[in-house]
Amino acid sequence: MSETIIILIKVVCALVWFLLITLYLTWVERKESAVIQDRIGANRASILGIRIIGLFQPFADAIKMIFKEDFTPRFSRRFLHNLAPFISFFFVAITISAIPFGDVLRIGGQEIKLQVMDINVGLLFVLAMLSLGIYGIILSGWSSNNRYALIGGMRGAAQLISYEVALGLSLIGLIMVYPSLNLSTIVHYQGELLFGWLPKWGVFLQPLGLLIFFFAALAETKRIPFDLPEGENEIVGFFTEYSGLKWGLFMMTDFMEVLIVSTLLTTLFFGGWQVPWLAADGFHFPWGSEWLLPHGIVVIFQVAAFNIKVFFFCWLQILIRWTYPRFRYDQVMDLGWKLLIPLSLANIVATAILLSI
Amino acid sequence: MAHFLFFLLAIVCIASVLGMIISKNQAYNALFLVLAFACMGGFFALLDAPFIAVVQIIIYAGAIMILFIFVIMMINLREGLPPERKKWTLYFALGIAVVLFVELILTMKSAFSSLKSGGIEKIGSPTDIGRLLFTEYLYPFEITSILIIAALVGAIVLVKKRDKE
Repeated sequence: MSETIIILIKVVCALVWFLLITLYLTWVERKESAVIQDRIGANRASILGIRIIGLFQPFADAIKMIFKEDFTPRFSRRFLHNLAPFISFFFVAITISAIPFGDVLRIGGQEIKLQVMDINVGLLFVLAMLSLGIYGIILSGWSSNNRYALIGGMRGAAQLISYEVALGLSLIGLIMVYPSLNLSTIVHYQGELLFGWLPKWGVFLQPLGLLIFFFAALAETKRIPFDLPEGENEIVGFFTEYSGLKWGLFMMTDFMEVLIVSTLLTTLFFGGWQVPWLAADGFHFPWGSEWLLPHGIVVIFQVAAFNIKVFFFCWLQILIRWTYPRFRYDQVMDLGWKLLIPLSLANIVATAILLSI
Repeated sequence: MAHFLFFLLAIVCIASVLGMIISKNQAYNALFLVLAFACMGGFFALLDAPFIAVVQIIIYAGAIMILFIFVIMMINLREGLPPERKKWTLYFALGIAVVLFVELILTMKSAFSSLKSGGIEKIGSPTDIGRLLFTEYLYPFEITSILIIAALVGAIVLVKKRDKE
């Protein structure tokens, strides 16, 4: 019985964390773009006159979106049109269940893994769910029965399929270095030390893999500079015909993808919840000194480290989105097929040679 | 719980396959097929073979069917065959269906008898499959990969327009 309750609590906590951060990413995006463009940005939302630099803004946005008219065009294929945003949303939201937030937490003689689902093919599970998310885009484009939406959907599908190849291939080198597909095992391997002082993070062992993964993942989020499927400024996007909450789901999916890409980058290449030199009983510094800590503090350190790394990558992605112009369609395809895929293949070969020496 | 999930998946799977056969619209056919493939992935997950389950979803429900749907939605196919060609296809399909049905029963028989003899362990871990592919089944594996490359090259040759001189 207690097992079921623990699983329920974990599911609720992970989802709440995921959705809350996603909501606040919309605010961070508005603020960060405002700072970049020398504006003030969203700061007006207040509750009873209290406005903490506009921190209530996401909730105001959400309430506005819920009460907007939800208009379905008469010429659309109604069932699929309604289904598509939920497909997009679901398959991104479910990936959070495979991400480890921290190591085990021991309360009252019970060991709780800070991870909703510890599947032994967690990495592939995440990739599979992200690839199923493409259906949301294709279906929304096609079922809208609108040429612009169809063009957006087709561009989106073509782009995502192309970059999925590079995304998958860039991770093979990583799997060779940490011989596992289990995300928590991969994080555990990253706790070891190289030369006695450097943490064995993916960024030090697979620098090229990190770059390829980052570019491919940026393309998967469908934001500037890879925003051909959406085309915010000329409205040739797969969600042209959506309004109200369903459009909101697509927008949320975008930010959730940013968050998922950040968690994946953290988990795979930046040691997940690992803090350098922090073992289960405290810090063991390479210069010999030690700083022993109780179990609870160590867990807090780990979860905080995970969160800080994730926030950093969210910030970085938003910075990139507001800094670069958009690629042309042929440039996107060239980058994917002619640069990233050959580079990732070279990365696999180089990793294999280095490992066999 | 496992029984409940099995029957739920089975009902959805069979219903979606039926929907695929009955539906006249090609895009809906392909979507029903995707649902059936996803259910197959669920069956593998229930059988304690998570690797095969995930690969089933990535390759069939993900990569292949997305390309299919991509093509179907881009080009508007006409609806079905003209009536004068329908007659012989019906008999042809009936013949093939009977052959396939007999084959299915025969394989089921042998599969069930082998199930009784050995208990089910955890099957299909990535390590096991990789080891088998690169030792025992090396030649079939390599020949399959050559076949796939040949198909790829063939597709490019067919699609590429000849230069006009």
